[in-house]
Amino acid sequence: MKYIRIIPRLDIKGPNLVKGIHLEGLRVLGKPEDFAKLYYEQGADELIYQDTVASLYQRNSLTDIITRTAKNIFIPITVGGGLRTLDDINTVLRAGADKVSINTAAINNPDFITEASRVFGSSTIVIAIEAIKQPDNSYLAYTDNGREYTGVDAIAWAKEVEERGAGEILLTSIDKEGTGDGFDLELIKRVSDLLTIPVIAHGGAANDSHISASIKNSGADAVAIASMLHYGALNRNGSLVSDYNTEGNTEFLKKKGSYKMFGKENISEIKVQLNKYDIPLRILS
Amino acid sequence: MDVAIIDYKMSNLFSVQSACEKVGLSSVITSDNHEILDAKVAILPGVGAFGEAMKSLRESKLDKVIHEFVETGKPFVGICLGLQLLFDSSEEFGDYSGLGLIKGKVKKFKYHSDYSTKYPVPQISWNKINKTNGSWDDSLFHNNTNGDFMYFVHSFYVIPENESVILSKTTYGNTEYCSSIQQDNIFACQFHPEKSGKIGLNIYKNLKKRYC
Repeated sequence: MKYIRIIPRLDIKGPNLVKGIHLEGLRVLGKPEDFAKLYYEQGADELIYQDTVASLYQRNSLTDIITRTAKNIFIPITVGGGLRTLDDINTVLRAGADKVSINTAAINNPDFITEASRVFGSSTIVIAIEAIKQPDNSYLAYTDNGREYTGVDAIAWAKEVEERGAGEILLTSIDKEGTGDGFDLELIKRVSDLLTIPVIAHGGAANDSHISASIKNSGADAVAIASMLHYGALNRNGSLVSDYNTEGNTEFLKKKGSYKMFGKENISEIKVQLNKYDIPLRILS
Repeated sequence: MDVAIIDYKMSNLFSVQSACEKVGLSSVITSDNHEILDAKVAILPGVGAFGEAMKSLRESKLDKVIHEFVETGKPFVGICLGLQLLFDSSEEFGDYSGLGLIKGKVKKFKYHSDYSTKYPVPQISWNKINKTNGSWDDSLFHNNTNGDFMYFVHSFYVIPENESVILSKTTYGNTEYCSSIQQDNIFACQFHPEKSGKIGLNIYKNLKKRYC
């Protein structure tokens, strides 16, 4: 039996939880710690914190958010966004992260994967691959939230990452991310068939049949989901935010908007539903 | 001090300390032999490679401090790599000798698949702990239930020579392995209780109730 992990992914900008489409056009949804706590109680198997602008700005506020979260939430937390050096990794691990995810620095300097895996242990190093499908059906890896072209073949890169000692792959389809159209099943299958380390599928989930397909058809070991949970929580509870006096694009929250593409999903119900499709999961009693 | 969390630069100590704090245990992260020996409980956490970890323990002479602590009869807890290090040897990247407190060895999972299910290595997953022979009532699993889910991250597993030290077993693909042991005052587990939600925190609660 292999138990599949359901991992909420929280994109963070400054003090806020944000969500975009294709990793762009970020909209403020609330405070990451509030959502993290809610997901922990609903039975999330891990959490991913992705700092969306760490490549561009300083990240002191991120370490504070990690520490506040890790003191109250006893599941693994993976942190990514702009980590470039062994010292950067050490900083977020000391703040309370259990694993780190690395994209840009790994592509720019693949030896960084080898070194980080040796120093911190393979299981601490998650390599994030952000892929865009090309007209010839190949996939290329991009960096900086899908903005920067690298020319690197995403599938071959995944294999190299494994050989260099990474413990896990976080595989994002930029094309699908934030759309709610379902995962890029072909991308996940091609990577998962090739690798012997776990693959976390990310990008496009809007309902439990999307998740089921990524596992049953494409062999994902875990799924990272964002919009369907965040909007699910907001559609169900109204706002989780008490204070709108925060930076960023808060128009959506002020209008008490709802996002019709997504329902009122929450993790415990998703898990019960997936269990009915014969997918083994940890369900809280 | 209730708990000394042994610091040999190889692990995420923050989460172990947060778990202690959550259940009301005072704790210190330390590599000082007096602080370790004075504590009521010592915890050896660990993430990473066996060989590197043993090298670090030997260089800092913490291997001797651990032996000394165990001889006092006070409760000693190993977590993840901290379980594996207690054994005689590991086959990780060649053969390495360990602390030799538990007879047996450490072996690597083999990647395999059956039907449509692949079993990647490392196992990074929640998995069930199952009772072996005895009752858990007199252990740190008091109030835990057979089949409870715990969080595992590992490529290697332990094979104790003496089966009677095995407190729980876990199955990953075609491998049923020892996921926790109890030998006299040593308790050690392959999973991360501090990352296993409320069910994992129960182990820390038991530490507090029984020993502090």
